[in-house]
Amino acid sequence: MSRKKVRYSEVIPNKNDWPIVQLSRDRKSFIDDIVNQVYEAMVADKQGSLREEIEMTVHLEKLRTKSNPWKVDPADDRDFWKELQQRLVEVNLKDKVAVKKQERDILKEIIDRYANEIAGSFKKSSYRFAQKFVTFGFARLLNAARVKGLLALFSRQLDLDDKLHITGETEHLRKLTKMGTVVMVPTHFSNLDSILIGWVIQFLGLPPFIYGAGLNLFNIKILAYFMNSLGAYKVDRRKKNRIYLETLKTYSRVAIERGCHSLFFPGGTRSRSGEIESRLKLGLLQTTIQAQREIYQKAEANGEIKKVFIVPAVINYHFTLEAPALIRGFLKKTGRERYYVEADEFSTSYKISTFLFKFFSKGSDISVNIGRGMDILGNYVDDEGISNDKKGNIIDPRHYFMRGNEITFDKQRENEYVRVLGKRIIEEYHKYNRVFASHLTAFIAFKMLERKNPKLDLYDILRLPEDDLTLDYKEFKANFKKLRGKLEKLYKKGKVDMAAHMQQKAEQSIQVGLKNLGLYHDKQPLVRKGKKIIINDTNTLYYYHNRMNGYSLEKYI
Amino acid sequence: MRNISEEVIGVIGAGSFGTAIANILSENDSKVLLYVRDPKRAKKTSRERISSGQKLGQNIEMTNDLKSIADRCEVIFPVIPSANFRDMISVISPYLHPYHVLIHGTKGFDFFISEREEINTENPLSREHIKTVSEVIKEETSVLRVGCMAGPNLAKELDARKPAATVIASHFDEVINIGQRLLKNDRFMIYGSKDLIGIELCGILKNIIAIGAGSISGIGLGENAKSLFISRGLVEMVYIGTALGGNLQAFLGLAGIGDLIATCTSKLSRNFTVGYRLAKGETLEEITTSMEEVAEGIKTVKIVKELAETYHIKAPITNVLYKILHNEMTIREAHTYLMNFPFRAEIDFIESEEDKTL
Repeated sequence: MSRKKVRYSEVIPNKNDWPIVQLSRDRKSFIDDIVNQVYEAMVADKQGSLREEIEMTVHLEKLRTKSNPWKVDPADDRDFWKELQQRLVEVNLKDKVAVKKQERDILKEIIDRYANEIAGSFKKSSYRFAQKFVTFGFARLLNAARVKGLLALFSRQLDLDDKLHITGETEHLRKLTKMGTVVMVPTHFSNLDSILIGWVIQFLGLPPFIYGAGLNLFNIKILAYFMNSLGAYKVDRRKKNRIYLETLKTYSRVAIERGCHSLFFPGGTRSRSGEIESRLKLGLLQTTIQAQREIYQKAEANGEIKKVFIVPAVINYHFTLEAPALIRGFLKKTGRERYYVEADEFSTSYKISTFLFKFFSKGSDISVNIGRGMDILGNYVDDEGISNDKKGNIIDPRHYFMRGNEITFDKQRENEYVRVLGKRIIEEYHKYNRVFASHLTAFIAFKMLERKNPKLDLYDILRLPEDDLTLDYKEFKANFKKLRGKLEKLYKKGKVDMAAHMQQKAEQSIQVGLKNLGLYHDKQPLVRKGKKIIINDTNTLYYYHNRMNGYSLEKYI
Repeated sequence: MRNISEEVIGVIGAGSFGTAIANILSENDSKVLLYVRDPKRAKKTSRERISSGQKLGQNIEMTNDLKSIADRCEVIFPVIPSANFRDMISVISPYLHPYHVLIHGTKGFDFFISEREEINTENPLSREHIKTVSEVIKEETSVLRVGCMAGPNLAKELDARKPAATVIASHFDEVINIGQRLLKNDRFMIYGSKDLIGIELCGILKNIIAIGAGSISGIGLGENAKSLFISRGLVEMVYIGTALGGNLQAFLGLAGIGDLIATCTSKLSRNFTVGYRLAKGETLEEITTSMEEVAEGIKTVKIVKELAETYHIKAPITNVLYKILHNEMTIREAHTYLMNFPFRAEIDFIESEEDKTL
């Protein structure tokens, strides 16, 4: 069966018109803008004393340079913070004017340093190169792996899009990028995600998006090169002080205000449990609402209004490279971001290359399902970018910020709004989640294991001895049929999506599922042996099973 | 377009509470647009300046057009019975915008089951079918800035200009502030709360207990028995209320205990009156047909009884009242039954909850 290949033209053919190109051309004014805004906000904020804030920041930063330095840190990192600390001590505390001036000077220096560090250095020439390289390289790898023989390296028989299925509202997304500023919010399971989405964006002919990438990824030179050229800005999870976080959020907000399409992973880090995000980090998400409000406020003067569109995307793999490390971490309850160098399958260039090769050499699909665009409060927008409420009435998002016929700023109100938006995004994730046979087989196998051992808690089940880790295939198949039926009902109601291979005969779907589930792990979690299914790895099985949480399917097993 | 120089506040529903709210707003120098569904009544009220037995304040204008309420008012107080709420809101919905602020005063559940669905043992009544009014507003309109008001606010006393207080609950500080700005005066205090669902549930659930308290007064069991009943009633409210999504604090505050005391001890309360008259020997039908306004408690008893079964919550008082309302038990039998019900554990519940929060 051959799929019809779709080729997308570039939405904005002249790259000089790309928002990101304009942004990098105005880099200096952009950064000055950020520095000033953060500075004003920090000075105006009456919570606690400014001096304490600065002293705390300097102290923590000095500690960090000592206890947890990274390769990417600038050479003068230690000296910079040391010098600031020195200056803070030297000032004559009785001279109020001098103290105040010093505080403000230092604050500005810190913000300036942070803003420059965060800002990506997008170059349109290397964007082209990196983009070509990714596409070309992927395609070559794919052909080399699939079509035997070295000559195949030059074959154009297969493309990346044979492997990667982009489904959902792609045309709609293309239209939205022309009309307003798009903030794409994908689910996050693997470090591969940002590269994948980067590829999807260029495949769909969209102008580049900016996105925040963990600074740790910049430790790897080759990744750093690509990410710099693809519009990434840097997010350092070691820095948790308010000045840094404020600068980061302002960066994101001002970029959106300036019309830069952005990419957030609102779950924060990769899902440790394998579950679809059920709680989002609202900090960055909030910048979309703030940006939209600012756009409306400023528009009253000059008239131009750009709408901010939120577009969810759900990425589905049959397997996640990092699954064993992630689930181990989750089970140890160390899943939270910590102060450490991440040591998992993505820690070296070598591991990434072997993974990519494995990925292309074996038949395993990835799907990226693009959701419908929403406004900043989660109302669907149509192809013209107009918001509709649940009843289909046209609404103007500007009205969400109105009080007494004018746009007002109310921090608490916007805190509440971001909760509403977060909830809507999670609803959309479940809706656009494309169920793969592998997810469902994992779910059923794990639930059957639980039912067989009703008295055991999760940790006991994960530690069951080998002898207890077999399931009856016939029963398994019956459960598969039953649950697939339930999923089809949900699918018809528009509450979930299903991959094409789920529509085959149960026997075949199960086969696809078993074959692909955790394909590249040392131990494949599930193996069929005649009339039995053997569970090889309960941890990863649990991880993949979690993917199907949130649909209340467990009551049917 | 709306005129900003003269803010007009909308009140939907000219029952005794709606009229009382409109009068407070008017007294605090707001222009008020008061909606009543029946055009004849709108005219009559407008002419006679008397609504639900209360004299209308001078700043109040009557209307029977929902659209004009939405067009002219940014802040609207819907105060109508829960049974009519969804119908009303779906009529006004196309005219509402996200800039509107809705603060409702409805004290009952919305009960919504689609035509295809059937409630039976396979598909028991659940939280999916039962919504609070703020949830209905969010389902049916694009308005997000929603609040509710609840507390010991017997309309006749408000009308008689006696002092009182109320709770305005909303997730938005802004909404609480607006409510305070518009309603607060020397004899009317406004508390704020963030527990919207909790405060709504207080207002709804206390009506059950009020019917029971009325029946105790009706058969003359005395103040001791009534106080015992109210205490146990509060515990039952907490059980049910927390299971449905409220927080304990709400039930121990003005909208909880405060309102409970007022409704359970005053003949001005409709739900209390239902219980009282039942005890005096009237039938439920006689009572409801002769009452001018809806006693929300009757419907609430039925809903909560079924919800409690679905979620396995102990609700002895609600169950007993259900039987009384359906002639399966006499009031005397009911009270004998409750006197023999082991209630120690119920009171312990609150103590242990408090221990946890300390």
